[in-house]
Amino acid sequence: MDVVNQLQRQFIDYSASLHREGFLDDQFTQLQKLQDDNSPDFVVEVASLFFEDCEKLINNMARALEQQQGVDFRQVDASVHQLKGSSSSIGAMRVKDVCVAFRSFCEAQNREGCLRCLQQVTHEYSLLKNKLQTLFRLQQQILAAGGSIPVVE
Amino acid sequence: MTVEQIVSEGKDQFPIGMRVLAVDDDPTCLLLLGTLLRRCQYHVTTTSQAKTALKMLRENKNKFDLVISDVHMPDMDGFKLLEHVGLEMDLPVIMLSANGDTKLVMKGITHGACDYLLKPVRIEELQNIWQHVVRRKKKDRCNSGSKDKPHPDSGEAAGIGNVDNNGKLNKKRKDQNEDEDDERDENGHDNEDPSAQKKPRVVWSVELHRKFVAAVNQLGIDKAVPKKILELMNVEKLTRENVASHLQKFRLYLKRISCVANQQANMAAALGTADSAYLRMGSLNGLGNFHTLAGSDQLHNAAFRSFPPSGVLGRLNTPAGLGIRGLPSPGTIQLGHVQNSGNPTNDLSKLQSFVPGNHNTNILQGMPMSLELDRLQHNKNVGHIGELPTTDSMTVFPGSGNLVDARITGFSNNQLLGVTSNSLMLEGSSQQATSHTSVSAIGFQNGNALSDFTSIAPASNQLQDSKAGSQGQASPINCNAGQIIRSAPQEWNAPRKDAPYQSHASINSSIPINGAMIQLGQCLDRNNSIFHRTTDLDSVGPLNFVDPLSIKHSEGDNSIMEPSVIEKEGYLMFQPRPHGSHVPDNIGSLEDLASAMMKQEGGCNGYSLRTSI
Repeated sequence: MDVVNQLQRQFIDYSASLHREGFLDDQFTQLQKLQDDNSPDFVVEVASLFFEDCEKLINNMARALEQQQGVDFRQVDASVHQLKGSSSSIGAMRVKDVCVAFRSFCEAQNREGCLRCLQQVTHEYSLLKNKLQTLFRLQQQILAAGGSIPVVE
Repeated sequence: MTVEQIVSEGKDQFPIGMRVLAVDDDPTCLLLLGTLLRRCQYHVTTTSQAKTALKMLRENKNKFDLVISDVHMPDMDGFKLLEHVGLEMDLPVIMLSANGDTKLVMKGITHGACDYLLKPVRIEELQNIWQHVVRRKKKDRCNSGSKDKPHPDSGEAAGIGNVDNNGKLNKKRKDQNEDEDDERDENGHDNEDPSAQKKPRVVWSVELHRKFVAAVNQLGIDKAVPKKILELMNVEKLTRENVASHLQKFRLYLKRISCVANQQANMAAALGTADSAYLRMGSLNGLGNFHTLAGSDQLHNAAFRSFPPSGVLGRLNTPAGLGIRGLPSPGTIQLGHVQNSGNPTNDLSKLQSFVPGNHNTNILQGMPMSLELDRLQHNKNVGHIGELPTTDSMTVFPGSGNLVDARITGFSNNQLLGVTSNSLMLEGSSQQATSHTSVSAIGFQNGNALSDFTSIAPASNQLQDSKAGSQGQASPINCNAGQIIRSAPQEWNAPRKDAPYQSHASINSSIPINGAMIQLGQCLDRNNSIFHRTTDLDSVGPLNFVDPLSIKHSEGDNSIMEPSVIEKEGYLMFQPRPHGSHVPDNIGSLEDLASAMMKQEGGCNGYSLRTSI
């Protein structure tokens, strides 16, 4: 019990810090609420999908921006748009914010700006991935110890 | 479940199990959407390919109740999918996007989406999407009912009728961002009561119209010819003639929508800048006010209404030029009045009473009024003091209203303009308000109002007290005006049509009595400074001028312009000005006043000038 409590507390604290630092926003909380007995791994599933998607999109963007002949900004924009949609759906606030800036660079057809944003997106994405993986690990530990995941508001 | 069942049993059971098809190329979003929908107890099918979705839909048209689709998809544009679904299956489609640009939303609506959601989508939003299904079913029933049976079940017919009627209405509002109405719109405009469907004429149901719109969009509005549209629509028993006439109506509708939009835009622009346009006041400093007025048209109107004698104001609109001269200062009173109610007609009545002969006042007021009157004249025919076309005045006044100050804002009526300007002046010179009111009182008395003057005068006092604000002041004035006008109205009304009346009327209209009035009130506080101060008068003059004029107008009686009356009063207001007939002079003087005022006081003067102009 003690272990569970400890883990739970850790979980709560960590969750709170992620929110505080802007890695996650309210949408993530909504996701957590959606998780229930029928779909116990819902959040993890969604997060995994998101990471996959993210990597794919980042690759697309990188490829498009590398084109020496001429960057197809529309294509980049399409990818950014999609990334913005999925990041906002999962609650990845920082990633989404970078996407917003990224889009305006795309509209301005600013290659330098886009590259910078791409870098930022990649960075934020890895950060988030790590953090979420830590969070999920905590969750698993709690469950393994027989406890339940506390609901963090 | 039939619609009736759904309707009768309430929506409790229906949403459960509603079959939704969700399309989104983003797997994260798709998973999330699917989960959310399942959480709402809908029956969900998901696919990331639009083409797959279409295939599924085509396989069995009754397999789904609702489609939710992302806008940006690689294999097919969401809008295209939307069109297809609408054309072929007539299912409600909800668009989904991370991008909430108005343009996109509009596009969704015009393509027939019944709703447009933004990502990240929340469960609360999804919980109500079933309404679109019910609505459409109702409409469909209505349409089919009307086609098949002459008399659908009364209950349903009623409902359907409503839907249709709504649809018609909606059709007119088609361009408004009401997704839900979109379907109705299509259905609306040609639909009549379902029970009347027996006629051989084609009923353009929502579904049919949607197909029509989709076909038109596909062809391009320029290239859309009935024959091709017919082919695309592929509806049996529909003739080319049906399509042709429908197309004609559709085109008119589109034009109307765009015109309205343009007009509104223009109006907005105009109002903001068109002081001159409205008020010819020349120096309408009130432009600024104008804006306010424009914005506060409603206020004005309201204001006017509050003033019983608004009629007078109305007059003002009419031959402002004429009216001004004769208009007694009562206009001022009315001004207050006018200001409030912005309704020219109302104001007019008010003005009428006010228009009494403050000749002097008229002069002063007339100046601005004349200016206004001129304008007003354009707007309305003098004849109807009482009847001053509110609309006209509105336009006129709005400008003036602004001038008058926010206080006058009520002027939105053109009539007000006259008044408002005055009021502006008044305000500026609030000091003189007292005198103003008294003057205006006189003004109103076109003759008849003489008695009213007295009553007005006191009213003006009240006005002074009220200083509260244009509105506030206006109201007191209104009261006064009301009183005055009341006495006057008979006269006012009667002669309205008369030419002399017109002149009065013009004054009325021109006299933004409201403004003046209001100002009077305000001025009154000060102490008639407005009116009395000669110098101010100049500036105020126009205001004053307006007032009486307006007042006079309202009276309709030519007597309104009783110079004597006005003179007495008018003098109070416009000392420098010989009351009376100087309408022309006034006018000129008004301008002078205006300019003088402008110089004198930025605010007040400006107003007066403006108004007067």
